[in-house]
Amino acid sequence: MATRTRTPREAAAPPDHHAGREVPPGDSRRLDPALLFTLVLLTAVMFQDPVRGALASPAAQSWMTVFVAVVVQALPFLVLGVLLSAAIAVFVPPSFFVRALPRRPALAVPVAGAAGAVLPGCECASVPVAGALVRRGVAPAAALAFLLSAPAVNPVVLTATAVAFPDRPGMVLARFVASLLTACAMGWLWQCLGRADRLRPPSRPSYGARGGGAAFWGSVRHDVTHAGGFLVVGATAAATLKALVPARWLSAAADHPVLSVLVLAALAVVLSICSEADAFVAASLTQFSPTARLAFLVVGPMVDLKLFALQAGTFGRAFALRFAPATLALAVLFSALTGAVLL
Amino acid sequence: MTSALSPNRQTQAALLFLLGAAVVHAGLTDLHLRYVKAGLRPLLLLSGAVLIVTAAATLLYEWRRPPGDDGHGEPRVAWLLALPLFALILVAPPALGSYSATHTGTALQEPFGFPDLPANGPLRLGVGEYAARAVYDEGRHLRGRTVVITGFVALDRAGAPYLVRMTLNCCAADAQPIKIALSGAMPPVLRPDTWLEVTGTYSPRRTKDPVNDGPVPYVEVTHARPVPAPPDPYEG
Repeated sequence: MATRTRTPREAAAPPDHHAGREVPPGDSRRLDPALLFTLVLLTAVMFQDPVRGALASPAAQSWMTVFVAVVVQALPFLVLGVLLSAAIAVFVPPSFFVRALPRRPALAVPVAGAAGAVLPGCECASVPVAGALVRRGVAPAAALAFLLSAPAVNPVVLTATAVAFPDRPGMVLARFVASLLTACAMGWLWQCLGRADRLRPPSRPSYGARGGGAAFWGSVRHDVTHAGGFLVVGATAAATLKALVPARWLSAAADHPVLSVLVLAALAVVLSICSEADAFVAASLTQFSPTARLAFLVVGPMVDLKLFALQAGTFGRAFALRFAPATLALAVLFSALTGAVLL
Repeated sequence: MTSALSPNRQTQAALLFLLGAAVVHAGLTDLHLRYVKAGLRPLLLLSGAVLIVTAAATLLYEWRRPPGDDGHGEPRVAWLLALPLFALILVAPPALGSYSATHTGTALQEPFGFPDLPANGPLRLGVGEYAARAVYDEGRHLRGRTVVITGFVALDRAGAPYLVRMTLNCCAADAQPIKIALSGAMPPVLRPDTWLEVTGTYSPRRTKDPVNDGPVPYVEVTHARPVPAPPDPYEG
């Protein structure tokens, strides 16, 4: 650069011109992310044997297997949810939701909660869809009720619950009732106490000037890389805690009626199991009371580590830090009440 | 969130393409069976294909992009997608084995019923099926029969050998072991995680899982031979 012939304009500039100048795009001083990625990838391939050797202990291997399993299992549902949310964001006009939902948010909450029954996926799919609903002008309270109820009350999950508990048909009804009650209560709670500034509206680059295809694929790319990154955070936390929490603690708590509910609720948060499979895990926790297992089924799809990371990424950390504990408290409360009545 | 180190759209396209290709590769080979149930395979292939198409579309629109529309608001957290990618293509961790089995209690549950078994010849049973029939059916259909069971070896703290299969409901995060205790003619050296095909007979003896006090039946081994790990290491 220094040897380049100066144009008259550059020559006329003051001597400290270069020091204060903005870095132009493509300047060699700025690290190219694609180059960085290629370098890291090739280095990792070069040193794959030492890396494998370092991870050869059984504890490290089972940690990694669980980590990869959580990501591989959740990815298809995340992609499904992202495609659906991109379709909502690009092809469904905001006026549709204005007509479909009752105008008063207090009424829209239960309608949106019940509408969760039509999204046949697990919790990874519901976060991007709820984000798209908020962007499309749906009242946040209603979108949050949908976010909480969709992974718990859809037909796939309820069928799995019925299969897992063949001799306890009340469990399906109890799960449906307790999940819907918690979702609506959280929606109304947000309506009364929530402050709009806590819910960071899901920001994204605007695609205003572009066509439908560019906007759709731009939305898919942004959401997969964004939510996918937070999924990795959640999977790391879930695999770590699963490796650290010994199974013996569980059996120690099983006999105490109150403690057992709290312990299984905490276990649901830690394990971050997909809501389509958690019923089978609950069924295998035979030493616990039905109410404690109901708490596991109600809390799991609404609050867990993977979901917390996804919510923090989509709606902001300040929101997730308040929303998740409140949901956990209400979910435990409604599970205990529903369990006392129905089980 | 945007900084000089945020992955630009081309880098995101590369990440998405590689992740999609790794997922499709895992779905086409037996690799996915180490982590998830076989039933998830169509969804895995589909989502891998969607990721690859997204990468292609990103490059296409990037190519056509009007000058001046620079990438803004690109999430830095996207870099983390490289972690599962590296884990899948470089390490490909093995299916859960004896380490998880000895740290988790047996998940044996009473089945809905006991269908009749073939009347002749040795019985090929899964670990879960043998254990359930031995514990909850008092071995009624198993007495006097030769049974053949395949599983991997796990040793408890005292060094007692178990034949184990992990069961999956959805993915390896919810894997739980089912254990059978071994007695009788054992190979002289038992290494954890070796896959064995055990030929033996029903034994009424029982023990309790040291982790959760769950029921663990015995099998009286007459012959045991090492076998390669099956394509699907888990039982359904």
